[in-house]
Amino acid sequence: MNYRAAIHRTFEAGGQTFAYSAASGAVVALDATSRAVLERCTAGVDHPHWLEDAPADTRLAQREAFEELVGMGFVRSEFEPALNADPLPESAFPLQTLVLNVTNKCNLSCSYCYEFGQDRLSDATRARAPRMSDETARASLDMLFEKSGRSRDLTVTFFGGETLLNLDTIRASVDYAEQRARETGKRVSFALTTNATLLDEATIAFLVEHRFGVNISIDGAQGDHDRHRTFKSGKGSYSVVLPRIRALLAAMRGRGGRPVGARVTLTRGMADIAETYRHLHDEVGFESVGFAPVTSSSERDFALPAEEMDRLLRGFTALAEEYVAAALQDRQHGFSNLHDLLGELHRGVSKAHPCGAALGLVGVSTEGQISPCHRFVESDAHVMGDVKTGIDEKLRAEFLRAGHVAQKIPCHSCFARPHCAGGCYHEAHVRYGDAGSPNLHACDWIRAWTALGLDCYARIWLANPGYLDRFEERPKLAVRSSSETQA
Amino acid sequence: MNHLRPINRKAAALARARLDQPGAARALMLVDTPYGCSTQFAPGWEVDSSGGTYGLCQPIERDLYDCYHSCYWPAQVPDSLTNFPSWTKTCGSPVQDWAQVDLVFP
Repeated sequence: MNYRAAIHRTFEAGGQTFAYSAASGAVVALDATSRAVLERCTAGVDHPHWLEDAPADTRLAQREAFEELVGMGFVRSEFEPALNADPLPESAFPLQTLVLNVTNKCNLSCSYCYEFGQDRLSDATRARAPRMSDETARASLDMLFEKSGRSRDLTVTFFGGETLLNLDTIRASVDYAEQRARETGKRVSFALTTNATLLDEATIAFLVEHRFGVNISIDGAQGDHDRHRTFKSGKGSYSVVLPRIRALLAAMRGRGGRPVGARVTLTRGMADIAETYRHLHDEVGFESVGFAPVTSSSERDFALPAEEMDRLLRGFTALAEEYVAAALQDRQHGFSNLHDLLGELHRGVSKAHPCGAALGLVGVSTEGQISPCHRFVESDAHVMGDVKTGIDEKLRAEFLRAGHVAQKIPCHSCFARPHCAGGCYHEAHVRYGDAGSPNLHACDWIRAWTALGLDCYARIWLANPGYLDRFEERPKLAVRSSSETQA
Repeated sequence: MNHLRPINRKAAALARARLDQPGAARALMLVDTPYGCSTQFAPGWEVDSSGGTYGLCQPIERDLYDCYHSCYWPAQVPDSLTNFPSWTKTCGSPVQDWAQVDLVFP
């Protein structure tokens, strides 16, 4: 019987050797013996013969280390598949999150927008309802509650366009969802993403009262923000949004609201990451800041070229140092990309699908069509039913089958697979015309980012393991940053 | 474990599973030893001194299905391939239900 090391990554931190298993997402510390055995197995071994060759005084320890490596999935026999490709269960997955695109209109004209720009999925020749009606919103919420199975905590996220352009439907939805929650004994929470241009006193009071998780799209200091986030006249929006953001932050803090996250879209010519963080966190006052490279096909002027992606990684590395330094003093740092990654590494998440799209989450268009997530809303090719008739389970299953990590051959040999699983469906669709394709342009970057996360995780574990207890529950740092919104 | 120290939650869960079912990891280690059919001599379908099967060196529960399904071993077990496809229908779990498996009369 031949054995071979399963896909893994070994790394050093604080003079210790660690290993991360792509099979399970387990992180272990290795001693010298297990490390040597794992190295030996990387080339493949015939186990009994190899042990017979080992010197008698170390044979027992090596055999023990080998057994432990097999038991923990770091070494496998050649007959075991590299990746568990069990078919999905037939039953429908309970819904937990609904993203309502309450409007497809926006009062800004950001040059990189995937909803209106050159990478739009929506058919521009077909007129669509600009606003979601209260009736469609209620039908969507009925579907969420009916399809939620035994899930107790439900989330309704409002999205756009500029979400607050349809505040009436948001208010009606919140009333109705809270009523349904009382009737069914479930808990419902709300989130929205906004460009902050329409935040006035009454709106802020409403968001605080209903404990909204608010994500603000803002790209950094004035010069960086105004480059792309402009009104239709071409005038930048920074000076309009800043006082409104400050008012929201003050109200949330003063009246016990949820932390507010900043969501930065990174484009060619981006500013230094740490400087952007310091502006948004220290000067403006956001609790957390998440960064995401713009989603676009590679030929767009604003797309991040390879050298900019390298610069981005260096920026993330520098900011990660600040995060680790804070963690060692038991302080919470607001770099939300790393915080989310550390949470996944701590729990040992190993994903069959890159995200919850079409699993626990669906998007709904202004007209009530269901799509895998908010990013596919209005893409006719990705419609999976209608809130009045329900989710088309056959189309949903097809989407999930195509997006399963087992279908993505390059992922089979990648150590970052448990965390990445091929990356964003929407990004893959924009780049390759196929939501089920792995995001091959991002592989090296994701591996470097995952390696950085592992390094930070191990260093925190060595110097202040108590800090990691906060990941035992799902992370509560503002709203999720990485998979949200670019609008 | 002496050489691997679980760090994250998944690793701890795996390590616990390993302890709760020590046979699982060991079985993975020994898959190059024939399992089920013996190349020399198997004691066959017997009971131990207490009337059960746990005391046998190769209890029936372990290789009932190995013989019935994957190996054709007509001397000991009815064959599932042609003559007795429903023989173990009443036996969902051999450890609990082995006594339900009845005699067959060819």
